[in-house]
Amino acid sequence: MNASAHPLHLPKADAPAVSLRDVTRRFSGRSVLGPVSLDFAAGEFVALIGKSGSGKSTLLRAIAGLDDGVEGDGTLTVPADRSVLFQDSRLLPWKSVLQNVVFGLHAADSNARGRQALADVGLSGREDAWPNALSGGEQQRVALARSLVRQPRLLLADEPFGALDALTRIRMHDLLFRLIRQHRPTVLLVTHDVDEAIKLADRVLVIDEGRITLDQPVSLAHPRARHPGFAALRGELLAALGVTDPI
Amino acid sequence: MSDQSHALIATAYSVPFAAIAGVPAQAHPAPPAQGKLPKLAPGRLPTGAILLGPVALVVLWELASLTGWLSPKFLAAPSTAVFTGFELLQSGTLADHFLASAGRAYLGLGIGVAIGLLLALASGLSRIGEASIDGLVQIKRAIPTLALIPLAILWLGIGEGMKVALIASSVFVPIYINTHAALRGIDIRHVELARSVGLTRSAFLREVALPGALPGFFTGLRLAVTTCWTALVVLEQINTSQGIGYLMNRARDYGQTDIIVVGLAIYAVLGLGSDFAVRFWERKTLSYRKALAS
Ligand SMILES: Nc1ncnc2c1ncn2[C@@H]1O[C@H](COP(=O)(O)OP(=O)(O)OP(=O)(O)O)[C@@H](O)[C@H]1O
Ligand SMILES: [Mg+2]
Repeated sequence: MNASAHPLHLPKADAPAVSLRDVTRRFSGRSVLGPVSLDFAAGEFVALIGKSGSGKSTLLRAIAGLDDGVEGDGTLTVPADRSVLFQDSRLLPWKSVLQNVVFGLHAADSNARGRQALADVGLSGREDAWPNALSGGEQQRVALARSLVRQPRLLLADEPFGALDALTRIRMHDLLFRLIRQHRPTVLLVTHDVDEAIKLADRVLVIDEGRITLDQPVSLAHPRARHPGFAALRGELLAALGVTDPI
Repeated sequence: MSDQSHALIATAYSVPFAAIAGVPAQAHPAPPAQGKLPKLAPGRLPTGAILLGPVALVVLWELASLTGWLSPKFLAAPSTAVFTGFELLQSGTLADHFLASAGRAYLGLGIGVAIGLLLALASGLSRIGEASIDGLVQIKRAIPTLALIPLAILWLGIGEGMKVALIASSVFVPIYINTHAALRGIDIRHVELARSVGLTRSAFLREVALPGALPGFFTGLRLAVTTCWTALVVLEQINTSQGIGYLMNRARDYGQTDIIVVGLAIYAVLGLGSDFAVRFWERKTLSYRKALAS
């Protein structure tokens, strides 16, 4: 997309899907990110948690190639077929739900794939509705369909469920978990929610003041919500976030 | 601001509470009817109610003419004007004048809309375009169209070309201003989305920038369809023997106030009709907005 500011190299088959070396970002002289060096394996589900302002979105936007200001001294290797799922659904109000799902998709069978993606998120029959006529949770499901219909090798999600109510959020966790099993993209999920991170991720990263302070693999068996190891891991992650005595 | 609205809500809720508890409501000055919250904004008008003012005016005007208080030399009665209009219509005179005016107005409108749109796109979508165009249009906006008549006559003569050119030059301004503003105000989040799905620049224009600017364009168009008639009255005093403006000016020479009223009525009907047509088109095109209101 922006080849000069964001060099893209397709990784070799055995190479990590995403690779960052000394990536940094400054805003008017103030270092906000890094240097960060990370590798994500193909198909790995990585959750990134951290306090507000710790640099989560900055890191995700750098990987997404949406940030033109990332400095050139580091290297960033990212698959070209990646999707971004934003906190707001970002549907175009003048396009129907189906048109939004296939937005920017150029395939002969776009519409058929779009319909299937909508069916996958439980929105069959709403193809021709206007986005404004959908509830917030439904809109976010359309956004999820839009990011998965491309069958990306890398899915970047920035607090995609942050604006949803608790009940819808639990449903969305199950939905996301089920859908990514189909094509197994590498996933980077930015979240505030420690429980969400433990429930979904193979690996949890904690970021603080632009640096990765904890890189924690999660090996608990699914489903994890009532797993005996859950609470211990939760306490550990919260401690890394500076919360030592949660009530 | 937010403090104020909190206070309003608190008052509104305490009215029914007081009523339920049987507490005298003297703490709340002038509570509205039993248990109802006060309507803070006026309700919607029933359809047609907007006609009250115009109809009352016509009735008063007719009465004033009937009683002789309003002399026909000063202003013809509405009924006389209707009668005269009907006569002119039957003789075919009115249709000729009307078509001549409509031809000028809508040709000017078409050209003006095209120019305004092109300039707005050039200026709204590129920095060099904005740097070179926007300042000029702002200056043009500050100069009344009628002040351009002398120069326009020197350059283009006194024929039809000059008239259409001046109409176009007055029409393109509202189109430009509103379309340009809408293009500049494009939602940055939509731009980011378009980048993230790898849209090309031309696809971005087609699928994001232009649809996003459409509401602004329609606002400009609503202004333009009435603007195109404004300059006409004056322009039709110059070297022509056809057009509503010409008809009205000749009527002034002969003191025929009824024909002047017919001309004014035609302008009013055309202005309202054009506005209605644009709004109808706007509602159809931007039908996705309906979901917001409901
Ligand atoms: N465009 C910008 N200009 C200046 N500073 C910025 C800009 N974007 C982000 N920052 C700064 O970078 C830091 C990290 O921001 P970032 O958005 O990555 O935080 P975050 O971890 O995503 O926070 P949150 O959880 O609140 O979304 C913040 O201190 C923020 O003020
Ligand atoms: Mg953020």
